[in-house]
Amino acid sequence: MNDALDVALRLLVVFVVFLTFPLIVGQTEHKVMAHMQGRLGPMYAGGFHGWAQLIADGVKFAQKEDVVPAGADRRVFQLAPAVALLPYLLVLLAIPIGPSEGAVGQVLDAGVFFVLAVMGVGVLGSLMAGWASANKFSLLGGLRTAAQLLAYELPMLLAAASVAMAAGTVSLPGILHAFHWWWVPWQIVGAVVFFVAGLAELQRPPFDMPVADSEIIFGAYTEYTGLRFALFLLAEYAGIVVLCGLTTVLFLGGWHGPWGADGLGWVWTLLKAAILAFLVIWLRVTYPRLREDQLQKLSWTLLVPLSLAQIALTGIVKVVIS
Amino acid sequence: MRLASPEMPLNLAAAQHGFLSPTGVEIAFLLVGLVTFGAALVTVTTRQLVHAALWLVVALGGLAVEYLLLTAEFIAWVQVLIYVGSVVVLLLFGLMLTRAPIGRSPDADSGNRWAALTVAVAAAVALVWVVVDAFRTTWIDLNGPAAGSTRVTGESLFRHWVLPFEALSVLLLAALVGAIVLSRKAKAESESSPPPVNSRAVTESSPSVTDSGIHPVEQEGAR
Repeated sequence: MNDALDVALRLLVVFVVFLTFPLIVGQTEHKVMAHMQGRLGPMYAGGFHGWAQLIADGVKFAQKEDVVPAGADRRVFQLAPAVALLPYLLVLLAIPIGPSEGAVGQVLDAGVFFVLAVMGVGVLGSLMAGWASANKFSLLGGLRTAAQLLAYELPMLLAAASVAMAAGTVSLPGILHAFHWWWVPWQIVGAVVFFVAGLAELQRPPFDMPVADSEIIFGAYTEYTGLRFALFLLAEYAGIVVLCGLTTVLFLGGWHGPWGADGLGWVWTLLKAAILAFLVIWLRVTYPRLREDQLQKLSWTLLVPLSLAQIALTGIVKVVIS
Repeated sequence: MRLASPEMPLNLAAAQHGFLSPTGVEIAFLLVGLVTFGAALVTVTTRQLVHAALWLVVALGGLAVEYLLLTAEFIAWVQVLIYVGSVVVLLLFGLMLTRAPIGRSPDADSGNRWAALTVAVAAAVALVWVVVDAFRTTWIDLNGPAAGSTRVTGESLFRHWVLPFEALSVLLLAALVGAIVLSRKAKAESESSPPPVNSRAVTESSPSVTDSGIHPVEQEGAR
């Protein structure tokens, strides 16, 4: 009975995090973008600096009509948002935010592989949406999504493999238990590669060619309305939370910090992830969109060689210090 | 390969296990196996090409769940990562790039149906025969330490199976080099032929995406 309660409580906490953190990131994006562009952003909803703007948006989305185009493949079209969203919920289960046993949804033996594998499945949702919409812009978006995923999954995997080599384990809490502060400069190239490749996998600017709204009208999501479209948006922001959490855990030492080692580790994790999320928003406001061939070139000629060099460096240092 | 690992804590006393009193894990294993089998059948029989690829996702995911039930966690996640995350995405990419109509494809059938069925049945019989013959009375102890954890898998892979592992990686490398050579050869031939009207189409692959007007909407014309 106690075990069942424990599992239920963990699932509930992860679910609440899954529902709230993406909204917090989204609201921060509204405000940060606005201030970077000399605007105020949402100010009215909820009263205090428009804090309830995204809740109001959610209510608006729920009221809209759910349209399925006549020529679409109905079942695949309707299933796609769930396929895009659920993987991020599963990944959140495996990300540890503190050193204790209770600070992670579920300790997995092959955690790194689990999170990368399940994140890769999420892209199937965009592909299904792009194909099933029976719209050529959607199909183009789906194609670009697939090409982008194929190009950026490799550097992401290689960068994560470098950390796993350094720690001698592929379990996420295990990697953090083996962490020392000098891993940050040692793995910094891998960290940058991982973060950039993750951004590309989420199709965030400057890697938003697959959803380029001024060219192919939001790509795979062109035909979506109402709640299903909101689910795709939620998947994007949940993806930001997951990517920032993973980069924190793998490369920035997670709960380790200069002080407050006992009991306050989760604050460090959240702080580092929040700074990374701010960086994601900052990049969106700063950089123009990369063209499709520039996207491919960046991955194959820069990120893949860099991550291979990082693996070589990790191997050499590992042999020298052991 | 994984089952043949000599370090597996296999319980040889098969007499303790009866076939008529299955445990929960065994029932789940059978049910997931049935789902996987059904999805695989639909994959090869459906007339809708993209649906076949999506059913393949279900079949491969079902296999991953089977690995999990056998405590081979590492293999399960690698299965999802490689097959569902990469191979199927590549497959879908290829389909969308060439021919992915919504609805039935009348030509999604093969004249070699009976030959294919014979080969498939023969391969299945051979595999089942070999596996049954090799592991007839062995049972995996699911309650003991995980037999398929990353550490155990890595140790058996790099201690007992290094040679096959390295031979496989050389084979994959050869396939990679072969693919590059073939694609470069095709490119050189197309460059020696008379130049096309749109010269960008030779050097870049993306414009050809728009050329493949096989999507049904484009066939019907603009709405």
